[in-house]
Amino acid sequence: MSEMRKPDEEQPRSQAADVPAAPSGPAAKPPPSRERLQQARRKWLRTILLTGGVTGAALSGFLPLVYARTKRLRPPGALDEKDFLASCIKCGQCVQVCPVQAIKLADLVDGFGVGTPYIDARDQACDFSCDAVQCILACPTGSLVYKKPAFLGTRKGAKLAAAPILKAKEKDAEPTLNLAERIGVARLTRPESCLAIKGQGFKGQTRGAGFKGRLRYMEVDRWKPIKVADHPYDIPECDLCVRECPVKGAISIETVFAPDGSKRKSPVVHEPCVGCGVCEMVCPVEPTCIVVEAREVWNT
Amino acid sequence: MNQFLKNRFFDQIAVMFGREAKKPVAISPVAQQFHAMKRATNKERLAAMIREHHATGKKVHTWRNRRWAVLILANLLFTVSFWLDIQVLEGALTASRFIGFHLIDLNSALQVMLAHKHIIVNLVIGTGTILVLWLLLGGRSFCSWVCPYHLLAEWAENIHLWLVKQKLVTDQPMDRRLRTGSWLVFAALALATGYTVFEAISPTGIVSRALIYGPGLALLWVLALLVFEVFFSRRAWCRYACPIGLTYGVVGIFSPVRVKYTLAECFHEGDCRKVCLVPHVLDTVIKGRAVDVEVPLGPDCTRCGLCVDTCPTGSLKFEVKGLSKLM
Repeated sequence: MSEMRKPDEEQPRSQAADVPAAPSGPAAKPPPSRERLQQARRKWLRTILLTGGVTGAALSGFLPLVYARTKRLRPPGALDEKDFLASCIKCGQCVQVCPVQAIKLADLVDGFGVGTPYIDARDQACDFSCDAVQCILACPTGSLVYKKPAFLGTRKGAKLAAAPILKAKEKDAEPTLNLAERIGVARLTRPESCLAIKGQGFKGQTRGAGFKGRLRYMEVDRWKPIKVADHPYDIPECDLCVRECPVKGAISIETVFAPDGSKRKSPVVHEPCVGCGVCEMVCPVEPTCIVVEAREVWNT
Repeated sequence: MNQFLKNRFFDQIAVMFGREAKKPVAISPVAQQFHAMKRATNKERLAAMIREHHATGKKVHTWRNRRWAVLILANLLFTVSFWLDIQVLEGALTASRFIGFHLIDLNSALQVMLAHKHIIVNLVIGTGTILVLWLLLGGRSFCSWVCPYHLLAEWAENIHLWLVKQKLVTDQPMDRRLRTGSWLVFAALALATGYTVFEAISPTGIVSRALIYGPGLALLWVLALLVFEVFFSRRAWCRYACPIGLTYGVVGIFSPVRVKYTLAECFHEGDCRKVCLVPHVLDTVIKGRAVDVEVPLGPDCTRCGLCVDTCPTGSLKFEVKGLSKLM
């Protein structure tokens, strides 16, 4: 395509032809030359090529949806996934207000979810140390909401039976958290490794000295979450998931019967569980025994 | 606005949507006199004067430097607001809060409204604020004064132009109607699929988020666009594809901030058209084309000021419509 001329050069030439100062008989335009037609055709082909490229790149966002990637835990108050992806403007204001920086933004591999917020609970769970669910407050488009608009349905079991009571706020005049729906449900996925079930205690830093995750410890400072690594434990029977759960009545250690009929202790998740993921973060076993299943609902 | 400028006003809207710039149908009598006088000028003397201009004229970068400073500061303000937690400008270019006031990018807001089909109050407030802001500041001035991709593309453009000079690559122009097409396609896709499809590939959003929240793989797409622009087609994304530019261009139709062309002083050297991202708005500087003695540039102009810097005769200047009357 070396015969292509730059538009900047092209223009003055055609302009010279436009100047009516050089009249040469009637003003009839000569038919476009073959070269010119060829140029126009090539320009069209390129245009079509670029259209295809851009549209193709944009539609490649569907691929992760087709392959149904792992479900991601969305911040509290998130709409159902389809509505969430439709309404999220990908600005990251929720990321900025979170006191423990639990929220991250998704990357290219998430297709249309690129730039949308998610929580990796094992790394850093939402511990509600902001008390007010700040991320919901920050959301400019209503992707995170305290109360869903009426026209959006609620999945069965997603709605919390009552406003969750924050253990940290229990003594306040208003002890509840402004949250209507759960974002997931915790589930004991590896009971065979659970220290509570094995009747073992735990001593030391859960998750090790290098772990960067933070948590609010009321006895340390209500408004300043500290590193989990800076808060070592020494407990005769492990109950970390119960002890650090920020929501009242969401999980407890119960006496259950093992398949062989013997009695033993086990963490049991209850209906008030909102799916914040603190239990998953603090579980000292690798890999964790308890996980939050994102977007899971409460099945009784 | 006289009839000649009114015709051009509507003509330039069509040009923004992708029509080729055409010779004007009617030219004001005064402008016609100017054109006639210019044709009568001694061509050799004019050529000599132009040569002199080019020989002695220093390269001026006043507006470019101001613009780059504003662009970098605006994007830096986002970054430091988060990193230093000073909370002045929270969020990213798609949506943010300036000392608590919602600001929402018009094209992102449009995508969300079409995909989600539900509009909350904050979205309306933020979009309205931005609409008024860019209405006052010149529409597509968003592109050249704020968009971080624009700056990257400007640098890539310099590499491209150098390669062209070395005869290693040639610019491959495309049909500008493509941008209107892509605007419609992405609006339709958002409406039909319920996903904000364009946001997934918007280099403005990707670069803005990368500057604030750290780089990610999505920057590879931005890199691919830049490579395309360096080796294949000059400023292809901004010129032929970006629907954000068209959205703000529409706002610019009504904006009082613009670049004004003065016919009397122009030597028709064409330097301005060589540096311009959107040379079709500068068709008025072509010999014999100006419809009046003073012609404001069309809405697709990004108000970047490169032409103002480049013009050796001062024929192109920024103006705020109505301000001269007030002062």
